[in-house]
Parts: sequence; structure tokens; C-alpha cells
Amino acid sequence: MKKLINKPEDVVKEALQAMASAHADLIKVHYDPNFIVRADAPVKGKVGILSGGGSGHEPMHGGFVGMGMLDAACPGAVFTSPTPDQMLEATKAINGGAGVLHIVKNYTGDILNFEMAADLAKGEGIEVEAVVTNDDVAVQDSLYTAGRRGVGVTVLAEKITGAAAEQKRPLKAVADICRKVNAQGRTMGMALTSCTVPAAGKPTFDLPEDEMEIGIGIHGEPGRTRMKLKTVAEITEMLVKPILEDLPFKSGDSVLAFVNGMGGTPLLELYVVYNELAKILGGRQIKIARNLVGSYITSLDMAGCSITLVKMDDELISLWDAPVKTPGLRWGI
Amino acid sequence: MTVRRDDVIAWIQAYADVIAENKARLTQLDSDIGDGDHGTNMDRGFQAVKAKVPEFADKDIGAVLKTVGMTLVSTVGGASGPLYGTFFLQAGSATAGKMELSLNDWIAALQAGVDGIIMRGKANLGDKTMVDALLPALQALKESASSGAGLPASLKASAAACEQGMLATVPLVARKGRASYLGERSAGHQDPGATSSHMLLQAAAESWSMLAD
Ligand SMILES: Nc1ncnc2c1ncn2[C@@H]1O[C@H](COP(=O)(O)OP(=O)(O)OP(=O)(O)O)[C@@H](O)[C@H]1O
Ligand SMILES: [Mg+2]
Repeated sequence: MKKLINKPEDVVKEALQAMASAHADLIKVHYDPNFIVRADAPVKGKVGILSGGGSGHEPMHGGFVGMGMLDAACPGAVFTSPTPDQMLEATKAINGGAGVLHIVKNYTGDILNFEMAADLAKGEGIEVEAVVTNDDVAVQDSLYTAGRRGVGVTVLAEKITGAAAEQKRPLKAVADICRKVNAQGRTMGMALTSCTVPAAGKPTFDLPEDEMEIGIGIHGEPGRTRMKLKTVAEITEMLVKPILEDLPFKSGDSVLAFVNGMGGTPLLELYVVYNELAKILGGRQIKIARNLVGSYITSLDMAGCSITLVKMDDELISLWDAPVKTPGLRWGI
Repeated sequence: MTVRRDDVIAWIQAYADVIAENKARLTQLDSDIGDGDHGTNMDRGFQAVKAKVPEFADKDIGAVLKTVGMTLVSTVGGASGPLYGTFFLQAGSATAGKMELSLNDWIAALQAGVDGIIMRGKANLGDKTMVDALLPALQALKESASSGAGLPASLKASAAACEQGMLATVPLVARKGRASYLGERSAGHQDPGATSSHMLLQAAAESWSMLAD
């Protein structure tokens, strides 16, 4: 394994220290328990927004802390959910009196830890709501699974919900916006290579040179199918089709189109995918109202991409356009 | 015959060592059907617990178990952190203020702990989780006690039933946790959480075996 890593066990801590010094104008880092918090937290009268999850998905979530997006983020060990004590302290640190929203990706570990944290915070008199994102169409949603995984939509939901909170809307309304983005969003991902978890030191799975895996998650979990590599047009079609059918997205719809890199794929290639995506959506009279292209919810060094579409209306578009100032996403300011 | 506070601490320490020795094995089981972190998660938690022993060595059993629970909750992460954390927190509530446990006290503690795991994780028997090992263990413990067996014999029966429950997870298709994403492909593998649960009750049976009936 060739990596810019001193010691696998120090990687998360060193990255936190670096974020604190690189972005001192935007964020502060609290250690033991670990969380990243907006420099001006708590913002009085504003709903605080907290997210968190395993590390290894950077810039999500810590890179999205700042004005117009998250108030705090709790990083866990690589690919392992953070713990309730982190979440409780972060919740207290961002409670400006209007309550706190937890944005939780649908994984058993994240759900259970955030539930315990919410119980503890409520015990201390803080109003807490939780919204769970579960947008991954690769997972069959049934009573017999833990349900769909939370993936790409989480980034978009954090941005849009953050804008709603910035307007000082009440907790219930802010949570409803988040639920709406999740309900109207769908994602599908693919991998060209595995990722390598620092502590493991070797790739999580083997993917032969001429094969790809469709329907992967963001932790090196297996996908839906493995097959021979195809053209970018064919691959994009394979990702988009199940997304469009699932919601379903219809002719005349406006969407936010998000082409996300998994960490090991250059932006140049993501634009090639976007090109194909625009053609497919154009052919179906689906309008790309807004877009985001880049690596925002990654899986360490995995090569590959995911596509997320969210059905937009005027309100969601204006919240998307609202100013945001975080280490990972910044515009309008 | 009773289990004293120091016996409880000896059991926790013995379990921490078992986890450390079996870290790679638990992680391998979790790599087969999960994300390959169960051994690392559990070891991080129980090493932290071990480091805390001096802080709770003079407390009552309820307080000892609660401190173990809080430590796990704040260090393990993943699904197993809140689940084992809740197990020890609830077992601690059931034994609050006690300096020793009778067989019936231990039944109450295990019952509260397992109820806590089910309340938190909402798993049913057969979902291929730690519950599949723990529920039969609780059942066997109760049956053994009501048939008049003493503490060491009942602990042994409980650990044996736990092992059967753990082995019985192999053919099951997972319906909870990460392994459920695999669907049918999760069959044929032993559940990592059921395995660490068996180690927990096996450690109790072994470390309390010398207590005379
Ligand atoms: N809902 C549940 N109820 C009871 N036990 C569960 C549940 N979900 C998972 N488990 C148990 O947890 C074990 C996995 O624990 P582990 O420490 O690997 O956490 P994880 O699921 O990988 O967490 P994360 O997704 O955050 O990494 C499984 O083997 C299973 O026994
Ligand atoms: Mg795991």
C-alpha cells in the first residue's frame, strides 16, 4: 500500500488537526470527544444541524461545516459510525435555542448511535429531530433488510437544509425540507477499483482490470452486479435507468443532477459522465435545473462514481442557490 | 453460592483478553458478511474498559456494569457499541446497589441486558444477529435454574445454548445490520456479533466455574 499516511491509527486525528489550522476562519475542532463545529456556533435562534458518520468520505461531513450548511459534524473511525458522546457534545455546542436536527445516513451503526445521542440530548432538555437519508436504489428496500443506504442525497440534503435553517425556520420545517430532499432523491454508484481501508492495508475486494461493479455503496460493500467494463454512455445509462424508474422521474421534471467521484477518479472523467447524463436526461425531456460535479462523498481511494438526481421545485432551487461557506462547498458569498 | 463484585470484574477482564486474542477472527467473520470491523470495534471498547477498572473496582456491581456500558457506548461505535453498551447499562440497572449476585440476580441481569439489545436493535430471533445467541442462552439459564441446578452448572448450560445459537446463525439469511445488504449471500457464514456474544457468556461460565455450588 502506497499512502500518505504516517500511522493508520493517527489518520483521523491528524486530518482533524489539519482542518482546524487550514480552515480556522470557518470551523473549530473539539477533541475527546471529536467533533468539528462552526466557528461562530451556537447561532442564536437558528436550528443547529448536526451530521456525522465514519471517516473516509471526505469532504463529507466535516468539510460541510460552516455558514449555510452544517453547524457540526462528528467523525468516527474510518468507515465506523461515531459515538453518542460525540453527538451529544456537538448537539449541545450548536443548540442556539431553536433545537437541533440530526441528519443520519441509513446504516444500523449510525442509526443506533444517533438514537442514543438524541435520547441523551432530550434528557438534557434539547429539542432534537432526526432525518434518515436512504437514497441508494442499489439496495432492494424490503422489510427483510436494514433498508436502503444513505449516500449521495446526503450532501445535497445538508446543503439545502442548511439554507432553510439559515432563514431561521423552525425545527419542524427544517426537518421537513430535509425529508423532502431525501424523498425526492435517488442515487446509484459504480466502482472501477476497490478502496483500501488504512487499518487493513489491502484492498477490500479484488476487481479484475477489465471489470466493474455496479451498485456499490461507500464502504467497499459489494454491489448489485459485477460485469465487464462498458462504454461511458452504457455505464451512465445503467446508473440512470434504475434511478429514473424508481422515483419515477418524468418528462417535464426539473432536477438537481449530481455526478460524484468516489475518491480515485479524476474530475475530467466525471465531466465525461456528466456529458452522457445530460444527453440521457435531455432525451427524456428532464431538465437539469442545477448540477454539482466533483468528489464530495467519497469512499477513500475507490475509483468510480455515483449519480444522484433530486426532483426540484422553485423553493428547493432557491435554497440550493443560497450562500454557503464551508471548506468543501462555497458560493454566493 | 454467589458471584461477588470482584468476580464480575474478573469476568470483564477475562472477556477483554478473549476479545484481544480473537480480534482478527471476529474481523474476518465481519469481512465475510459485513464491513470487517467487528473485532477492531470490540477490542477498542474493551481495552478502554480494562483501562477504567481502577475507577470502578470499589463500586457495587450495578455501578461496575453501568460504567462498562457507558465506556462501550463512547468508544466502540458501529452497531455493536450501542447494542453491547445498552446490554451492560440495563444489566447494571437490574443489579443496582448489589455487592453479590445469586443465580436469580444473574438471570435478572441477563434478562434486562438482552431485553435492552432487542429494544435498541429491534432484531427478532432468526435475523442472524447476536440476539440468536443470547436468547437461547437466557432461556437455558432459566430452565437450568428452575430444574434446581446451581450457579456454575446453570452458567455452563447457558454458555452451551449460546454456542448452539451462534452455530445456528450459519445457514441464516441476515435481516438486520450490514449483512442484510447481501441478501441470500449472507447464508453460509457465522454472524460476528453472535460469536462475540458467545465469547461473553463462555467467559462468564469459565471465570465463575470455580465458585462452588
Ligand atoms: N439490529 C440489530 N440487532 C442486534 N444485533 C445487531 C443488529 N444489527 C447488527 N447487529 C449485530 O452487530 C454485529 C456487527 O457489529 P459491528 O461492530 O461490525 O458493527 P457494524 O454494523 O459494522 O457498524 P458500522 O456499520 O457502523 O460499521 C452483527 O454481527 C450483528 O450480530
Ligand atoms: Mg462491522
